Amino acid sequence: MTDHLALGKALNLGLRHALEQDDKVVLMGEDIGRLGGVFRVTDGLQKDFGPDRVRDTPLAESAIVGTAVGLAMRGYRPVIEIQFDGFVFVAFDQIVNHVARLHFRSRGSVRMPIVIRIPYGGGIGAVEHHSESPETFFAHVPGLRVVTCGTSQDAYSLIRHAIASDDPVVFLEPKRRYWLNGQVDTSRTDDSWSSSVLRSSPESTATLVTYGPLVPTAIETAEVLAAGGVEIDVIDLRTLSPLDLEPVFESVRTTGRLVVAHEAPGNLGLGAEVAARVAEECFYSLESPILRVTGYDIPYPPSRIEHDYLPDVDRIIDAIERAEAF
Amino acid sequence: MGIEPAHEQAEPLCMLTPAGERTGPPAVHIGDETQSLRDFYRDMTLIRRIDTEAFALQRHGELGLWAPLRGQEAAQIGAGCALASQDWVFPSYREHGIAWTRGIGPELLLGMFRGTEMSGWDPNEFRYAYGQIIIGAQTLHAVGYALGLQLDGLVGNDDPQRDTAVLTTFGDGATSQGAVAEAMMWAASYQAPVVFFCQNNHYAISVPVERQSRSPLAHRARGFGFEGIRIDGNDVLACYEAVASALAKARAGGGPTLIEAVTYRRGPHTTSDDPSRYRESAEEEYWESRDPIERVRLRLVELGVPGEFFTEIDAEANDLGARVREACLALPEPDLGALFDQVFTEQDPHLAAQQAEYRSWHGVSGGAA
Ligand SMILES: Cc1ncc(C[n+]2csc(CCOP(=O)(O)OP(=O)(O)O)c2C)c(N)n1
Ligand SMILES: [Mg+2]
Repeated sequence: MTDHLALGKALNLGLRHALEQDDKVVLMGEDIGRLGGVFRVTDGLQKDFGPDRVRDTPLAESAIVGTAVGLAMRGYRPVIEIQFDGFVFVAFDQIVNHVARLHFRSRGSVRMPIVIRIPYGGGIGAVEHHSESPETFFAHVPGLRVVTCGTSQDAYSLIRHAIASDDPVVFLEPKRRYWLNGQVDTSRTDDSWSSSVLRSSPESTATLVTYGPLVPTAIETAEVLAAGGVEIDVIDLRTLSPLDLEPVFESVRTTGRLVVAHEAPGNLGLGAEVAARVAEECFYSLESPILRVTGYDIPYPPSRIEHDYLPDVDRIIDAIERAEAF
Repeated sequence: MGIEPAHEQAEPLCMLTPAGERTGPPAVHIGDETQSLRDFYRDMTLIRRIDTEAFALQRHGELGLWAPLRGQEAAQIGAGCALASQDWVFPSYREHGIAWTRGIGPELLLGMFRGTEMSGWDPNEFRYAYGQIIIGAQTLHAVGYALGLQLDGLVGNDDPQRDTAVLTTFGDGATSQGAVAEAMMWAASYQAPVVFFCQNNHYAISVPVERQSRSPLAHRARGFGFEGIRIDGNDVLACYEAVASALAKARAGGGPTLIEAVTYRRGPHTTSDDPSRYRESAEEEYWESRDPIERVRLRLVELGVPGEFFTEIDAEANDLGARVREACLALPEPDLGALFDQVFTEQDPHLAAQQAEYRSWHGVSGGAA
């Protein structure tokens, strides 16, 4: 079935289909049941699947993750929601020391098919701790898959794929894009953990790599440049750890230039890893230094000025022009 | 003052019924009860006006968000007024009433909600820390601050002018966080001068308090080895007396107390919330009939306070409403460039370079003042 759905609704549909298909799938989180989640991503699910499978939990993130570990050991597939990005740190111990390691520690005899859904990133005018981009913290931990979605199709396919996976997945949902509409083909559930080439041309003179909330920004950037006669390749990483960089290497070998954009601060961000690997793999193809367009290395600012903080089309174009002018 | 510990209490402590009848034990900490009731009435009316205005400002797009306190005026004004000036407060985000009693008016209060400020005031100036958003985290900060007071020799000297205590406030939902349990354990272990003031407003966003606890929240204290009491959180006299008594005990070196103020969040969780999705209007009407301000008005009328008193306060509230609107619109727009100076105590060269880059990109010259 192909449909036009907002990204948040595509997630809702993915969760619904997962609950329908596998009765080991259980949802837990604060306010996800009766309220349907503060972003309504779980809207209607408790009504249809009952309060045991779609649980409104007490207010304790560490316990939400910690009990998911036990449920997973008992054969369940917990899909848990952390209400906002900033609150996941309360559960950091459970994620880093337990969720990520049990498979390794038990020589594979224990699996952790847990999905930790986190609405993340800025742009919605929120108060402190509601606009964080914590991906690097998790991408740094061996044993965790870290996934984002930037389109409705990916929201649907990747949440299905994440729930079906026997590895733990930190699933980052770009909250400011929940209302972004897009085509969804529900037969596409078998995606691999690959990055996705959104735009590519033999004429391209630069490669723009991004993920999550900046995917629509990157597409817009490419369209603006194309209108002025400049072609660029655009790649959505989708999976932030482990990274699938083959398509990036391939693109950079033809374009010779790389710009990486993300909302998170630049310092030790995803862009640093991408830049290092591209430098290792494509050294002789590079025509210019690899540039990053990121959030600044300051805590997320008050919301009135968050748009001065967030990377936008202008800043990305500026970086591409600097790379081209090098 | 004859407040029974929670496990022996049949009903939460009540000193002023919803009908405005004076009941329960005599007040010990309040001097002139009529005068205090007049003061409480004024503060509660004014803070309700701030709350109403701020809510409206959010609806007009002038605030990004507002967390209304409607229904919790007695708990907050009672607790706030019970503080001695040297005491400290470690609050959550909804305690505009306690902030008000510390001298934090709309000019400072609204910045965080308008999105012009991370916080808006200097905690040292008001002895009032930030409106904590990470649920429960402030309770640990309170206990640590209290340990510092002990180290400084400011506890148990039999000197009410100097001895100091810490009040930390949080919700019913917060009691489920590990941080809050740890704070209580720690405070008990070191007999820290902390008063844990829990406003049980029956909801954590959409989740009813029954999900957080199968027994009255105040009972938890006993397990940690200190006293817990339940009070009618819509009764400003009970709130004042209970908090004043617990603070006095803490200052004197008697250790922590947990006070559960049973109240109700009459509005939505925040302006983003829609309570019709998870609660019944009959419940809302029940709590409307237990209004914290109305019962004080009834009592004051019975005590013979003249009508002008109330009209004067209404006029003052109207002026305050105007002040809230002006204060909101007058909040200075923040400058991202200046924030680079706030990250470390000494500027770092890489960050300074980024700041310069930011400023040149935005066409602004010069550093921060
Ligand atoms: C660690 C953390 N988890 C979740 C949230 C989201 N959240 C904000 S307020 C709230 C409910 C708090 O309920 P309660 O403690 O009863 O306080 P109230 O809002 O009723 O005053 C939740 C879940 C948060 N701010 N911090
Ligand atoms: Mg509550």
